[in-house]
Amino acid sequence: MDIVLQQLVNGLTLGSVYGLIAIGYTMVYGIIGMINFAHGDVYMVSAYITAIVVALLSYFGIESFPIIIVGTLFITIAITGAYGWAIEQIAYRPLRNSSRLAALISAIGMSLILQNYVQISQGARQQGIPNLLSGAVRFDIGDGFVQITYMKLIILLVAFISMGVLTYIIQKTKLGRMCRATQQDPKMASILGINTDRIISIVFVIGASMAAVAGVLITMDYGAFDFYVGFIIGIKAFTAAVLGGIGSLPGAMLGGLILGISESLFAGLISSDYKDVFSFSLLVIILIVRPSGLLGKPEVEKV
Amino acid sequence: MSKENILAVENLVMHFGGIKALNDITFNIKKGSVSALIGPNGAGKTTVFNCLTGFYKATGGHIRLTTDHKDTSVIQVLGEPFQPLDFVSPMAFIKRLKYKMFGGSHLVNRSGLARTFQNIRLFKEMSVVENLLVAQHMTANRSLIAGILNTKAFREAEEEALQKAFYWLGVVDLVSHANRLAGELSYGQQRRLEIARSMCTNPELICLDEPAAGLNPSETEELTKMIRILRDQHNVTVLLIEHDMGMVMDISDYIVVLDHGQVIAKGDPENIKNNPKVIAAYLGAEDEDEVGL
Repeated sequence: MDIVLQQLVNGLTLGSVYGLIAIGYTMVYGIIGMINFAHGDVYMVSAYITAIVVALLSYFGIESFPIIIVGTLFITIAITGAYGWAIEQIAYRPLRNSSRLAALISAIGMSLILQNYVQISQGARQQGIPNLLSGAVRFDIGDGFVQITYMKLIILLVAFISMGVLTYIIQKTKLGRMCRATQQDPKMASILGINTDRIISIVFVIGASMAAVAGVLITMDYGAFDFYVGFIIGIKAFTAAVLGGIGSLPGAMLGGLILGISESLFAGLISSDYKDVFSFSLLVIILIVRPSGLLGKPEVEKV
Repeated sequence: MSKENILAVENLVMHFGGIKALNDITFNIKKGSVSALIGPNGAGKTTVFNCLTGFYKATGGHIRLTTDHKDTSVIQVLGEPFQPLDFVSPMAFIKRLKYKMFGGSHLVNRSGLARTFQNIRLFKEMSVVENLLVAQHMTANRSLIAGILNTKAFREAEEEALQKAFYWLGVVDLVSHANRLAGELSYGQQRRLEIARSMCTNPELICLDEPAAGLNPSETEELTKMIRILRDQHNVTVLLIEHDMGMVMDISDYIVVLDHGQVIAKGDPENIKNNPKVIAAYLGAEDEDEVGL
């Protein structure tokens, strides 16, 4: 019983991070119909930026944890957002009107460029940052106990706040309205005077910011990372986006949570060696039953 | 060029590969008029609209839009290829580069031209009132930060936008449907909503592509009334494509007839009705009849 609860908690934190990264995939897909394969590497870049910012802050003698985490979040979001913007400008905008395949290849190229650029500039060795916050809350349940580290609580809190803020922006604000209009019919949106190129840039920046939030949180929790860390987590988040219905924002969040929780439960109860096999099998099964994903809308073909 | 023409199209050419869809189209639209663009199927009417609104980038010619606040060359703002002369004059170069990088069809709308489509293109997954709000993003407070932080000025701008949206919902008689999804409305309601949405962008020239298609006679009559209201009370120039000849002759001050990508006649309705070329284009020319027989 306590193992199930413990794995549920672990899965929830993991899943909320998957959800954050999945948002980047799903929003970009929704607006230009392209899978941004460089998104996992944007996450990886944000992990490095986190480490650099944490090192800089401690160099200047700042040791209070709240200041470090808030400062790191803001600076990392800003720099990673700039990366997202630049990637769109350099790799995707010139190919806007060419075939989807060209943009896809460009995305894969961008992913390799980012990995190699980080490998060359930061070294191929695994890097790490020290644990900044130790301690945990512990609940005794019967004979066993469930333990949640403070860092995991912060992950949950920050991830859900970010998702809430983003949902608010998309659903309630004018910017969100313009994003949704562009997503539904970009040509029509531009005829109504919306600068769709700018909206697409903003969507890339939003996606990268969410990946940056995930990058800061995971890096502070695990400590270790290397230039290849974006690949597997990118694939997982992509799976989460497809699971929830790609193009759907709540779908990405839900897909992330489901994937994270089921993966943790499988790892804790059955076998941790086969957890990746399990999560991708889950994807296959859901796609067989619901090809458009959990919350995706099936494409209606007009006859 | 006289000040009273809101739109001047000169020698407009549009090629799709080897197909010449439009060949040397020239016409002017007077400010405050209701004009119609008619012609048999495939004559190139919608292509003209697509060029005017920046949906297509015309192959050649000039489209000049002269609204009260601005003078715009539609083809230029879409971004043209560089000309040899640009490399001599830095100003021309910078201008061309600016439109190449930041130009696009949104600038055409911002200079005062709006359009509707033959096949309705509403944002079907948004509510009726949101469809109208999204069209007003230029007039409402534009600052993104203010929007996210929900400042007082921003809320006031939103309030104003909402009032305007409801004003137009009143004009097209859709107030009671404001919070439904646009995709749920009936066909006739969607058509009216599309016109209301175009009007929310504050246009001075509105291009309606077959606004009466699929409407029943009484709805068509309502539409005719509405177009008159647009012109008389809101100072909008109307250019429409329409197959319903009764409506066209009833409402238009000026008619341009296209056939096979060329202007075959232009003038007032009386003139057009009796023009032998127009009759030939619609009913088939006599020499073609002989071939047919």
